[in-house]
Amino acid sequence: MNTEYIGIIFMYVATVALAIPLGKYIAKVFKGEKTWLDFMAPLERLIFKFSGIDPNREMNWKQHLKALLTVNVLWLFYAFFCLLSQGHLPLNPDHNPNQTPDLAFNTALSFLTNTNLQDYSGESGATYYTQLFVFMFLHFVSAATGFAAMMVIFKAMKDKVTDKLGNFWDYLVKIITRLLLPLSFVVAVILAFNGTPTSFKGKDTVIGLQGDTVHISRGPAAAMIAIKQTGTNGGGWFGVNSAHPFENPNYLTNMVEDISIIIIPISLIFALGFYLNKKKLAWVIFGVMTTGFLLMVFPSVIAEVNGNPAIAHLGVSQPTGSMEGKEVRFGPAASAYWGITTTVTSNGSVNSMHDSMMPVSGLAQMFDMMINSFYGGVGVGFMNFYIFIIIAVFISGLMVGRTPEFMGRKIEAREMKIASLIALLHPFIILVGTSLASYVLMHFPNADWGTKPSAWLNNPGNHGFSEMLYQYASSAANNGSGYAGLTANNIFWNVSTGLVIFVGRFFPIIGPVAIAGILANKKFTPESAGTLKTDTTTFGIMIFAVIVIVAALSFFPALTLGPIAEHFSLK
Amino acid sequence: MKSNQNTLFQGDQVKDALKQSFIKLDPRILVRNPVMFTVEIGTVVMLIVTIFSLTNSQQGSFGYNFTIFLVLLLTVLFANFAEGIAEARGKAQAESLRKTREETPARMLVDGTEKQVMSSLLRKGDVFLCEAGDTIPTDGEIIEGIATIDESAITGESAPVIRESGGDKSSVTGGTKVLSDRIKVLVTTQPGESFLDKMIALVEGASRQKTPNEIALTILLAGFTLIFVIVCVTLKPFGDYANTPITIAAFISLFVCLIPTTIGGLLSAIGIAGMDRALRANVITKSGKAVETAGDLDVLLLDKTGTITIGNRKATNFYPATGVNETEFIKACVLSSLADETPEGKSIVELAGQNKSIPMVKAPADSVFIKFTAETRSSGLDTPDGLRVRKGAFDSIRNIALKAGNVFPDGVEDRVKAIASNGGTPLVVSQNEKILGVIELQDIIKTGIFERFERLRKMGVKTVMVTGDNPLTAKFIAEKAGVDDYIAEAKPEDKMNYIKKEQQGGKLVAMMGDGTNDAPALAQADVGVAMNSGTQAAKEAGNMVDLDNDPTKLIEIVEIGKQLLMTRGTLTTFSIANDVAKYFAIVPALFMVAIPSLRALNVMNLHSPQSAILSAVIFNAIIIPLLIPLALRGVEYKPIGASALLRRNLLIYGLGGVIVPFIGIKLIDLLVALFI
Repeated sequence: MNTEYIGIIFMYVATVALAIPLGKYIAKVFKGEKTWLDFMAPLERLIFKFSGIDPNREMNWKQHLKALLTVNVLWLFYAFFCLLSQGHLPLNPDHNPNQTPDLAFNTALSFLTNTNLQDYSGESGATYYTQLFVFMFLHFVSAATGFAAMMVIFKAMKDKVTDKLGNFWDYLVKIITRLLLPLSFVVAVILAFNGTPTSFKGKDTVIGLQGDTVHISRGPAAAMIAIKQTGTNGGGWFGVNSAHPFENPNYLTNMVEDISIIIIPISLIFALGFYLNKKKLAWVIFGVMTTGFLLMVFPSVIAEVNGNPAIAHLGVSQPTGSMEGKEVRFGPAASAYWGITTTVTSNGSVNSMHDSMMPVSGLAQMFDMMINSFYGGVGVGFMNFYIFIIIAVFISGLMVGRTPEFMGRKIEAREMKIASLIALLHPFIILVGTSLASYVLMHFPNADWGTKPSAWLNNPGNHGFSEMLYQYASSAANNGSGYAGLTANNIFWNVSTGLVIFVGRFFPIIGPVAIAGILANKKFTPESAGTLKTDTTTFGIMIFAVIVIVAALSFFPALTLGPIAEHFSLK
Repeated sequence: MKSNQNTLFQGDQVKDALKQSFIKLDPRILVRNPVMFTVEIGTVVMLIVTIFSLTNSQQGSFGYNFTIFLVLLLTVLFANFAEGIAEARGKAQAESLRKTREETPARMLVDGTEKQVMSSLLRKGDVFLCEAGDTIPTDGEIIEGIATIDESAITGESAPVIRESGGDKSSVTGGTKVLSDRIKVLVTTQPGESFLDKMIALVEGASRQKTPNEIALTILLAGFTLIFVIVCVTLKPFGDYANTPITIAAFISLFVCLIPTTIGGLLSAIGIAGMDRALRANVITKSGKAVETAGDLDVLLLDKTGTITIGNRKATNFYPATGVNETEFIKACVLSSLADETPEGKSIVELAGQNKSIPMVKAPADSVFIKFTAETRSSGLDTPDGLRVRKGAFDSIRNIALKAGNVFPDGVEDRVKAIASNGGTPLVVSQNEKILGVIELQDIIKTGIFERFERLRKMGVKTVMVTGDNPLTAKFIAEKAGVDDYIAEAKPEDKMNYIKKEQQGGKLVAMMGDGTNDAPALAQADVGVAMNSGTQAAKEAGNMVDLDNDPTKLIEIVEIGKQLLMTRGTLTTFSIANDVAKYFAIVPALFMVAIPSLRALNVMNLHSPQSAILSAVIFNAIIIPLLIPLALRGVEYKPIGASALLRRNLLIYGLGGVIVPFIGIKLIDLLVALFI
């Protein structure tokens, strides 16, 4: 078998093999059991003492959301003002300028929300200070925010819990000290030893073989790259992200980074099983997500490895597959696999240019982000999935002749209202955003903006449409990767995607937490033979069908005009 | 009234429903159904486009637009018809009940004197008189007297029933007929407020309130509708970008096909049909919610007598003492029971009669019958020729024998104990103070009841038997009948406590009752079914009234509730699954001309863009009337466990919902292609 295939199979198997014990560990941490990282406890106590927090004060779902939103607003202002004034802040050896207000708005929101859509380039658009103390800081806390919100739901799903859903700050701090920091440390060390820079010295200057002077950007990058992957953030140090030879030096680092992308999302499914003691349910959820994931991986990998039929028509053989926009050190299979892992998880880091991939890959990547719950981002992936579970439970509960219930709690009008709104929101922001861009492009192509709308797209026709659709899908899913062809650093795209990012982040956190909180307060009904079991293959198929049909039905026409049309025109 | 009309569509009902289909086009009425309301808006837009296309062919030909308009209008009409026919059926069912309470003369008592008034003038608190031959003018409670009453008009059961003042069987229903004796009745309801009136309101659309579950589903459907509003509206700029002009007809067709019109159109019909099915089972529900709750029940409290057993103990065996001739013993048993009017006594004579070898026994003339009294706890007879036969409880007969200086044989005592431990009741028989043997009486468990409990268990419903028997007997019968639990030596408050205990554990509990002392428990239960023959208090406390007074009715009620929810769930699934095929019909049709490569998506190989769109909307419209019978009859419930049921329904309505429209649309397209 092709070694390229072996490489990605190994990557996936290794990820799952590591994710199971990691899930068990996460469950232990939040069940308050002993773990080998308990030496972090004094540090946590210090943080709580310093902040005047009582980590044992139980909160209800509303208090959780209040805490979450408040601290996020603070972080947003902090990030916004740092970016606006980064030129004057310390640690700016390359003398990079301040960000413009619309770029700072987009960037701050983007990093706060775990999206990391980067309309700037790290080499010139940020300083070491903002990279480390804004971006890297937000990498940690934004991942922890999603995770903490998910913990509220985990807790609410426990039997006979009412409104005591743990302490938000306790979750937030422990997620960082017990999981993100140690894991990132391991990844960062591997990266550093493989050549990723860890230096404060600013640009290096070398004389090339042809005698010209080359300035090479560097910086304390390894630490940030590690959390960029493990926290499903995706915002890299350098402009071209993990395609950059410093950010992702070789096949080994590529493997480590790619495993880091999905390890926490997968381990959280198992953590759910261990935490609730419902391992079968965890396996069903894992099965559904994995099926969806693999259904995206196969066509994408096959399309890239087989190469571009349009080039083949020219009589050019492509022994190494489709290599446009890809790094030779990774090859088409590992690049396609990365493309799927990074889009299913809302990570958004790239090791190749998605814009250059085959339409089938583009379709798969966009579909990943439109569904946004096959593994999904840290914490938030499960929360999106939770909404689909609620809808699936409702329909299938009716189908077995019982008022639908999940985990012993009845699902009624109020929960359905929230679930419907959240399910509706994602297609709403993606489709409305794209249609707005299409409208502006068609009707005001020469508007006198920084970048004229007619100059937005690198490609005309279906591919250009894909560029716009991808950008909004990526923003709404808080993914952050881009179809590189789009010129996105201008006021229209900065502001519109900024808003989409914001809406796409916080409402899908508020909705599921509210549903879980409301359900937890309801009467608990023990299971009987008439209760619909949610930990069965049949129910798994039901969730899968709901996910695919809701997403496919909402996005089918748009995808038809983008990658689907492009795919058929290549034949 | 047992319905013998099995046809779903009856001439006059269809006529009524057709009329309603047009009346319900009124947007003020239709707005209650968000899905169909948006279709109506689409229809109006198409009407305008059709008129516009008379003079301008920019939006397609007049004929094409007009056809789309017609099909959309039909879609709304079909949905209205579904609701209309469900209402008409419910009303017809209710009418037949209401007929029983047409104006009848009533003999009202005013200050002790009798006065003839019409039944409609009777008010709560009035008292009227009824004698043999009279029709009871309205619902009430007997305050004086006892009467046999023919309730066949309500229950369809021809055997007369006895109603008397004071007890738990004091309630009479308007429209039933007094067959004998004379009663004074206190009117308990205002005209227009009887249970029947409430039920009629439930099956008539106007005052029908949506149940919580129906509201939740409507929200979900509204959510789906909104998603497709977004999909269709944003498609306009997408189409502009792709240089693909999309006609208004195509937009509206796409929208109407995608929103869940099938379930949206049938939703209220399903709800009404659920009420109607309850009514056909002769159950009057006070709210639609009660029927839904019935589908969720976890625990059923059932009275032993009448529900699980056929009411009375029956003799099952004769056990003569050692040395006693069996025939002689049986003869004595018969003698002791000849004058015994209790069902037990009769069953002894009956059992003896089955034994052909035993000649007919007749009591000699001038025999003295000894009645059963609570003190002697025995009965029997003394013949003129000096024979004294007694039959009674073990200890009372033993006392008689011991007093006369006779022994009580050990073998008989062992037998007595054996019978008792088997849940039976031993009756000892003596002749001239000598023990002859033992008669075994057993509770007879209704045939088929074990299977019904098994069915309930598979549905996840726990059955609890309530009985006054001692724990030993109760346990035996419980095991034999297959109930999951029992309350022995039950007092009324025991039921109440049991219900509360189960409810605290999160369970939904149902019970059936008739007495005033059942009322608190009926009110406490999530579903309380009062017998129509029960007291007014019991009927007020429960949320359903069973006209048949049939204690096993609870089982049917549970299935009716489950059917109601299942029908909603399966049709929702079907409706949404249909969208896959509709997309493959319409989306290629929208873009095929501008982007020829998208022909590859036309997997059904439909004739032309126009025929594809027409076929999809026609399929979308006719599927509604095709599914009306299913909506009215309800999806069949099978107690095979929730997961198996889900698998089955997913296969039929989910996978079927994906496949059927591919076939349907293709067939319609073949037809449509002939005309385009």
